[in-house]
Amino acid sequence: MSIQIDKNKCISCGKCCDICPGNLIDKDDENKAFIRLPEECWGCTACLKECPVEAIKYYLAADIGGKGGYMYSKNHGEYMDWYIVSADHKKYCIKINKKVSNAY
Amino acid sequence: METDVLIIGGGTAGCFSALTISESSNLKVIITDKANIKRSGCLAAGVNAINAYIGKGETAESFVDYVKRDAEGIIREDLVYSIAKGLNQVTKRLEDLGIPILKDENGEYVQRGKRSIKINGENIKPILAGAVTDKDNIAILNNVNIVDYLVKEDCVIGAIGFSLKENKIYEIYAKKILCATGGASGLYKPNNPIFSRHKMWYSPFNTGAGYAMGIRAGAEMTSFEMRFIALRCKDTIAPTGTIAQGIKTVQINGKGEAYVERYGKPTTHMRLYSTVMENLKGNGPCFLRTEGITDEQQKEFFKAYLNMAPAQTLKWLEGNTGPSHENVEIEGTEPYIVGGHTASGYWVDCHRRTTLKNLYAVGDVAGGSPKKYVSGCLVEGEIAAMSIINTIEDGTIPKLDNEAINEKIQYISYFFDTPSSRHSIQEIEIAMQKIMDEYAGGISKAYMYNKVKLDIAAKGIDELLSLIDKVKANDLYDLLSIFEIIDRLYVCKVLIKHLEARKETRWRCYQENTDFPEKDDENWMKYINSVYRDGDVNILFRQLVGRDKFYEHTN
Repeated sequence: MSIQIDKNKCISCGKCCDICPGNLIDKDDENKAFIRLPEECWGCTACLKECPVEAIKYYLAADIGGKGGYMYSKNHGEYMDWYIVSADHKKYCIKINKKVSNAY
Repeated sequence: METDVLIIGGGTAGCFSALTISESSNLKVIITDKANIKRSGCLAAGVNAINAYIGKGETAESFVDYVKRDAEGIIREDLVYSIAKGLNQVTKRLEDLGIPILKDENGEYVQRGKRSIKINGENIKPILAGAVTDKDNIAILNNVNIVDYLVKEDCVIGAIGFSLKENKIYEIYAKKILCATGGASGLYKPNNPIFSRHKMWYSPFNTGAGYAMGIRAGAEMTSFEMRFIALRCKDTIAPTGTIAQGIKTVQINGKGEAYVERYGKPTTHMRLYSTVMENLKGNGPCFLRTEGITDEQQKEFFKAYLNMAPAQTLKWLEGNTGPSHENVEIEGTEPYIVGGHTASGYWVDCHRRTTLKNLYAVGDVAGGSPKKYVSGCLVEGEIAAMSIINTIEDGTIPKLDNEAINEKIQYISYFFDTPSSRHSIQEIEIAMQKIMDEYAGGISKAYMYNKVKLDIAAKGIDELLSLIDKVKANDLYDLLSIFEIIDRLYVCKVLIKHLEARKETRWRCYQENTDFPEKDDENWMKYINSVYRDGDVNILFRQLVGRDKFYEHTN
């Protein structure tokens, strides 16, 4: 599994359903977003970036070294804030300036 | 629907073709994409370097020399040369569209290697998609899965597909059709089966549809036996070039020894092969040596991976670690068929015309030109677009008669009407990946195969194809999955025959034939091509094409 969608936070905007390159996200009977086959997720995080309410978290499954941590993002136009929460609840924030190139 | 130009696939090459046509003509263009072009395909997460660029001290000629050397001599030099000549111009165009490129104090691009420059490409697809969306003469059909070309009297006249959002079949006719879909992943058992089976290098949603449509329509294909196998960060399958080229670090084995050059020249496939061999010899695991890099460097790697493969940054930080504290373990992925990296794809001429009339192929589906990457795909998109503009003719587009089109519509609808089958779509996918892994040179066999194994693989793939008609679709996503597995099976069929046809070992790991374990320049400096007809893959050989030749189809 790779993403989790928080139904309580989901505002049913459908943006994640439209953007998933694998057509994996749909709406359930309550009009909330859900991922139909979590194990088919590529982990591109396109859905996280579209979600306006940070309802989607990305995590690694145990078989590829996941330890229980997760990440989510906040989009501020020119900037993207990535929040990464470690397995022991330590929180990291990395700010990306979309107008600036990578150094490597 | 009817249009002047139909572009199948809204990725790098497709978008750039559409842009070029739009800016240089009044032709009407339709782009179809099975997802949403804003984030579809292999660039969904982004990319953090332009890896085909003529850097300082390099020329188009030296670029071709490099690609030829890296590919052990089997490339279409004419195609690679035409790409090389356009790389820097399209990169500038990409920058003008909004891609940030790192510059030095003199305003010049900072190089990561001789042929690589540093960018922030997280937004590359939204930027390209935004550019085409703004054009009045380009229409975009998102979430439309094209199933097959429409062919009349050996001429491609359009394509047919279905919507993934509503019960609608699209029948699109065009004067020119350009295939710009992705390559094929998911043919082999992946590195991380079961829970993380789609945590692979290449987009798992690129399933070889463009190749398969061409195969079924009788297009000539080339070099499928030159598979691509990526050397990646273990588990996350994130790119290694960011680290290896970024800080010029080396690959080391479990004993801390640098090992690559023990095996020969460090070409792309030899870096992989040496890693596989070190593991077989018991010297693994293998790593990129990063321990001891500075905190600043480490922070920059966190950012770089977030712009391209966020799983790697997550993996480091969720364990409160990073590359300065621990070396990065590396491994080879399962094999892919992808013309953006190796030479597999449609056999095209210098204008990127396929052997089927009116059909062009660019990017990952165009064969003969390895190492084109993002910028090479842009150049190919431009070349095809200009050829289309220069050769398109006025006049009415022929149509299929009602009987022929109804047959195609019924084939798409058929899967909703089949009774429940014994085998699920996923079962067939897993069976295909197991066959390919064990008998056609997958990870578990250290990428090696021989004739006896390939015969078993061919039989197994045919048996799976015969099961497809009994699989049932309950919704549009199931229908998509069925057509994706059909496409993969056709690619497997052709791949197996190509692997068998090359009776030597030309590229370590990519094509490791244990019946013929050595390279044989005397007999095998030629292309292996194929044409599918009446259920059989017919192999043919073609002589190498030089860089100054303007190859055009004569048959």
